[in-house]
Amino acid sequence: MRPTRALALFAAALSLAACEKKQSPQAPQAAAAAPTASVGDVIVLGHVGSLTGNEATFGDSTDKGLQLAIEEANARGGVKGKRLELKRYDDQGKPEEAAVAATRLVVNDRASILVGEVASRRSLAMAPIADEHKVPMISPASTNPKVTMDGDRVRPYVFRVCFIDPFQGTVMARFARETLKLSRVAVLRDVGNDYSVGLADYFLTKFKELGGTIVDDQSYKAGDQDFKAQLTAMKGKKPEGIYVPGYYTDVALIARQARELGLRQPLMGGDGWDSAKLFEIGGRALDGCYYSNHYSPDDPSPRIQEFVGRYKAKFGAVPDTMAALGFDAGLIAVDAMTRATDLSGPAIRDAIAATKDYPGVTGVITLDAAHNAAKPAVVLAIQNGAARWVATVAPDASAAPAPVPAPAK
Amino acid sequence: MTELLQHLVNGLSLGTIYALIALGYTMVYGVLKLINFAHGDVYMAGGFAGYYVAGAIGAGDRPSVLKAVVVTLGAMILSGLLGLAIERAAYRPLRASPRLTALITAIGVSFLLEYGFQLQPIAWLGVPFPPGPSPRFFPDLLELGPPFELAGVSVSKIDVIGFAVAILLMLGLQFIVYRTRLGKAMRAVSFDPRVAGLMGIPVDRVIAWTFFLGSALAAAAAIISASRMPRIDPLFGLMPGLKAFVAAVLGGIGSVPGAMAGGLLLGLTEEYVAGYTVSSFRDAIAFTVLILVLLVRPQGLFGRTTVEKV
Amino acid sequence: MTTAPGRAAGVLLGFLPFAVALAALAVLQPLLPPTATIVLINVGVNVVLAVSLNVVNGFTGQFSLGHAGFMAVGAYTSAKITLAFADVQLAFLPEAVSDQLVFAVALAASMAVTGLAGFVVGMPSLRLRGDYLAIVTLGFGEIIRSIIENVAWLGGALGLSGLPRRTNVVWIGISAVATVIMARRLAGSTQGRALFAIREDEVAAEAMGVDTTGYKVRAFAISAAYAGLAGALSAHLIQLATPGSYGFIRSMEVVVMVVLGGLGSITGSVIAAALLTISLEGLRGFQEYRMVVYALLLVVLMLTRPQGILGSRELWDLWRRPRPPANPPLASTGEDGNGEGAA
Repeated sequence: MRPTRALALFAAALSLAACEKKQSPQAPQAAAAAPTASVGDVIVLGHVGSLTGNEATFGDSTDKGLQLAIEEANARGGVKGKRLELKRYDDQGKPEEAAVAATRLVVNDRASILVGEVASRRSLAMAPIADEHKVPMISPASTNPKVTMDGDRVRPYVFRVCFIDPFQGTVMARFARETLKLSRVAVLRDVGNDYSVGLADYFLTKFKELGGTIVDDQSYKAGDQDFKAQLTAMKGKKPEGIYVPGYYTDVALIARQARELGLRQPLMGGDGWDSAKLFEIGGRALDGCYYSNHYSPDDPSPRIQEFVGRYKAKFGAVPDTMAALGFDAGLIAVDAMTRATDLSGPAIRDAIAATKDYPGVTGVITLDAAHNAAKPAVVLAIQNGAARWVATVAPDASAAPAPVPAPAK
Repeated sequence: MTELLQHLVNGLSLGTIYALIALGYTMVYGVLKLINFAHGDVYMAGGFAGYYVAGAIGAGDRPSVLKAVVVTLGAMILSGLLGLAIERAAYRPLRASPRLTALITAIGVSFLLEYGFQLQPIAWLGVPFPPGPSPRFFPDLLELGPPFELAGVSVSKIDVIGFAVAILLMLGLQFIVYRTRLGKAMRAVSFDPRVAGLMGIPVDRVIAWTFFLGSALAAAAAIISASRMPRIDPLFGLMPGLKAFVAAVLGGIGSVPGAMAGGLLLGLTEEYVAGYTVSSFRDAIAFTVLILVLLVRPQGLFGRTTVEKV
Repeated sequence: MTTAPGRAAGVLLGFLPFAVALAALAVLQPLLPPTATIVLINVGVNVVLAVSLNVVNGFTGQFSLGHAGFMAVGAYTSAKITLAFADVQLAFLPEAVSDQLVFAVALAASMAVTGLAGFVVGMPSLRLRGDYLAIVTLGFGEIIRSIIENVAWLGGALGLSGLPRRTNVVWIGISAVATVIMARRLAGSTQGRALFAIREDEVAAEAMGVDTTGYKVRAFAISAAYAGLAGALSAHLIQLATPGSYGFIRSMEVVVMVVLGGLGSITGSVIAAALLTISLEGLRGFQEYRMVVYALLLVVLMLTRPQGILGSRELWDLWRRPRPPANPPLASTGEDGNGEGAA
């Protein structure tokens, strides 16, 4: 009796649902068009970040960078005579919360631009909302290619101011092979983190392409405390280096445990390492390790030193990568809004897409057809509990094939 | 061969931690027939208690054996008190209620601890309590230097010390349970609480002591664990708590030697399986073990089959 | 009215209020502000989850903590189907209809697959009692999540993104109503009586010849199927299916709703689900306190009023015509001493 009833219900529903127009796109659009021509004399910049949770320093630093950028813009008179305001929501590290936060920012708070998120999976949750409501979104630090690409179509309203993982993985692969002259490397990836998995895969491919051998490929889950099983298995395969493209909380422990097991090889990683907590927890175990990053606070260039000085004055700490990227995202947003013909979503979007040679703190930013920034990466070495700049790697034409740009919608 | 031995060493040190936590589970189950879901979080609280005590006496800056002992004992006492408080407030009123109610309450207490600790620190307290969700670094309590190398196997000094402390504590517990009057009372209550009460045993007091001891042991486990893997955060007790529960079931829930054996066995199993096969299923291993144990030999290694009389 | 056309007319007549309500919803949908729509949809999803969990936790008295795992199975099944048909449409139907048809098929498939998963998980687990069952179901939930994360075909840790937005107020309305009807009919049926018997005293039920394991497994499978439905709906709202969304915490949130509403009360679950979802939205500014409040609520509730808001009574009992009970009421059960769940 029950199955028949259920089927009957579905049949009835279908006949009703069939009469319904395609719901979502129409209604919110009509609502969105008017409000983004900003309310009064305030422009809202919406930030979705993980302000609490395991990756809290990412969200927190990004927010501080944004705050600095907005403060500077307001000091210069705002954009088109209007003051900028930063509204932030915490997504607690969860993609569903990121989606809801993005929706709130766009619908309730009438944000003209969304900034977020750092983690690719949370950016992915936000992307459809940006596209649907025609509000441009700038990710400061998501490096997974899927964030700006939906299949082989470029997402019309999503941009990023950082490089992407195919490039980042290649950078470290080349550094390992050509500079450190390693031929046998083991990989330890965080299987619960798309960023880590993606980066590990790109590294793997390039390293093998350059003639190296991957002797072992182990995995862990973020939040694990004990990595000795994986490290012991790796030790047996005698690697010359270990690539650990994870987040700082786990990497610190991995480094310590590796040293305890007698593994003295250099560890290598990506921008997920960048946090003051890495050094606090990892301590001396990290000496002799390397990681790729977007910027280095020791860079003597005046632009960077000025940023570092101002950030230190306001927040009492040296800005890390996320802060720098947050700052740049804010700058790009302000610049685009200044150049845009008006403050509607599509106009701002076009202005962002036209960003060329903008001098950001993390490098000169030009957004390509796939809405990504082709920027150099830096490689940092860790010695005595601090990271120091070692090399800068320029974007290389063979890093990733340029995707076919889709006609803007 | 060295790899095998290294895994053995790793597994044993992992297992002692599970064993110490499992003891708390098994003792509480013995007297109350309740799975104290919050036990893993008492372990976590013990770790943080150690963190705060270490901060208060400056153990991280100038480590010494005395300070290490103070931190450990301090954490154990604070944890024990927490255990007492939980028992008094949440479990004692429900002693006559159906088991489901007590179980739900235990889950509620567990969540309360986990999320309570994730709140941002209260400004006017001297210490950063609650610690907030970001992980904190647990200071080195002793200056130990590089690990021992025996036949290619790396044994870190903290592993050795931790193992020794754990064995000491377990022997201490064995002594208490089998050689003292309190222990006899605990065993009597676990056999039949009503009759024990009729025989003049202060059941409430015995249960309170059980919680105190179990929680103190969990805190010791936390200090050892935090010294080996110095990152603590409010959720770091979740997985070890669940795995220790599996260990207790494996050894036979209600049996003290069973908890110890179960803990070591589970630690070794996890280490070997993760080391030689797909390491990403590490946590799933413990649950698989649980399911297998419950299907094949539900009373565990040392437990007795209970017959339910209706 | 036992002739076939008579019965058919009766069934269709029974549908009438629902048909009217759905039509009203369909008209209302575009007029609602988007955030209200999202809240309403979330309420609906939680209603489906809470009522389906109630079948296991409330009716049968078994404690399952793995509900989110079944959500995940449902979400991924439906996602795979809608993604496969994303650019395809049935030739003889206009695009909108084809999309809805695909979604309907996806929902049905997710229910079927999840029901099967519930059966598979239930078979070994339901031989265990109380506390052990709780941990084992929790374990299975984690195992399911582990598997999803490690399988590239399911998107791994990143999950499946780019799902079309198909969930709307109408689908939610249908699902919520279907779930409540399912629960109510179950409660009033022979199976339902068996489940209540198992809840009251499993050994006695077994002695009376009730196949306890069989009934428990079936209840588990049904509950899982509806959890899968909820998962599919929720995934097509946020257009994303990630393994991280379906962890232990999600299961706990549903448990809180069921316990708050009253174990065994369908309307209680509905009320609690609505209450908690709406207050969650209202308290968004106090996010970090949310789980602490949930936890405190749970503990205080257990200490003061363990039967929740409605105990095992139902809201619709208020409208029930009083009639003499067929059997004398059982001695000590639930709130009103009436062995029948809701009739």
